[in-house]
Amino acid sequence: MVTINVNKFKCGYCGACVSVCPVGALELVETWIEVNDLCTSCGICSKICPVGAIEVKK
Amino acid sequence: MKNEYDVVVIGAGPAGSITAKTAAEKGLSVLLIEKRQEIGDPVRCAEGVSKVWLRKHIEPDHRWICSDVKGSRIYTPDGTMIEMAEEIAGGEVGYVLERKIFDRALAYEASKVGAEVMVKTRATGLIIENGFIKGVKVSHLGESYDIKARIVVGADGVESKVGRWAGIDTSLKPVDIETCAQYLMSGTGIDQDYCYFYLGNEVAPAGYIWIFPKGNDMANVGIGILGNKSGNGKHAIDYLNDFVKDKYPDAKILEVDIGGVPVSGSIDRTIADGLMLVGDSARQSDPITGGGIINAMEAGKIAGEVAYNAISKGDVSTKALNEYEEKWRETIGREINNSLIVKDTFTKFTDRELNSLGHSLEGVNFSSMSLLDLLYALFKANKKLLWDLRVLFKTVVKYELDFEK
Repeated sequence: MVTINVNKFKCGYCGACVSVCPVGALELVETWIEVNDLCTSCGICSKICPVGAIEVKK
Repeated sequence: MKNEYDVVVIGAGPAGSITAKTAAEKGLSVLLIEKRQEIGDPVRCAEGVSKVWLRKHIEPDHRWICSDVKGSRIYTPDGTMIEMAEEIAGGEVGYVLERKIFDRALAYEASKVGAEVMVKTRATGLIIENGFIKGVKVSHLGESYDIKARIVVGADGVESKVGRWAGIDTSLKPVDIETCAQYLMSGTGIDQDYCYFYLGNEVAPAGYIWIFPKGNDMANVGIGILGNKSGNGKHAIDYLNDFVKDKYPDAKILEVDIGGVPVSGSIDRTIADGLMLVGDSARQSDPITGGGIINAMEAGKIAGEVAYNAISKGDVSTKALNEYEEKWRETIGREINNSLIVKDTFTKFTDRELNSLGHSLEGVNFSSMSLLDLLYALFKANKKLLWDLRVLFKTVVKYELDFEK
């Protein structure tokens, strides 16, 4: 189940979100972010994204 | 690509390339992998670096130096300016780099001394046998390969996974990261001899705005705010847009760079059996300046040497690799810990307190001033406000630390 939505048009693939994910659910693959099902929708990635590209799905 | 190396280095930034270069120079077989198709791109950095420290690792080259900086101008929220102009030692301060060319030049240095380099090659996991790291799983152009290594070096940056795979928790809390955005701009009209810093909780909460000259009439105009201040509808880029709109409404944006800078201070462990972490992946960036290039190169140099020592002795366990852990903590580690104290003190200040600090320095001459000198001058004039920094000056004197990286 996908729990966050990364707006690929806004995302600058910097990897900041990956570094703050407490469960390691995110991965920066070359130029895009992938999310796996470990994601708990905690929202930390969305909070710290420098460009506000991440939206948590409730 | 072979299926076995002495050392596999994951990530071709400054930390990885210097590790690879150092290990290859010693005669080890080395593979340096980079997940992106271009080394050095995209830029996630303000690109400032100390001249003296840089020269320890590479001869400066005009092809990757954009400007030669003579001093800094720091503005408190009410506009009070503190100028730090370095005139000692023949105008030694800093360069502003072109990272896209610089990073590739470092990888080239590694390749020249025998390291293999592979781009578009991403680590997807570690090969672990009985708790011992024995190699790395990679994906290259969509195909998977297992590569054995006597030592794996994680130099995979802020988004590091290598440490986590090895059981080292490198995850950052919001308070441990500066979330950053930067525009390369033309037409700001700044004096290219200076770097500029703007402090204040309205412009950059628990962080600062920087303007670094990039040659001609170009400049990196960027912002870092502490992760715990980000969100709630306003992110780093929004603060940057406000600043640029107010200050440089007619300047043009030539490039957008974004990134996260670890400001956690040193983490508990950067080694495992058969593995070392270097650079941003080891959270070795400076918590107060956010600078990471020199620390990454220093750590890479130590890691390359320790890899050689360990492999020569036939022992790549944490016991042997502890030499790396000890050496980086004795050098860059001490400075990182001190910077963390400064960060924790300064990120708590209100604008009023920042203004009062600025006023306390009015009339002081900073013609040959390091960041440490500045902090000491501030401390002397504001002992009550800066009492937490007192430990800093004790340890600084004891170990002759240098803050100017």
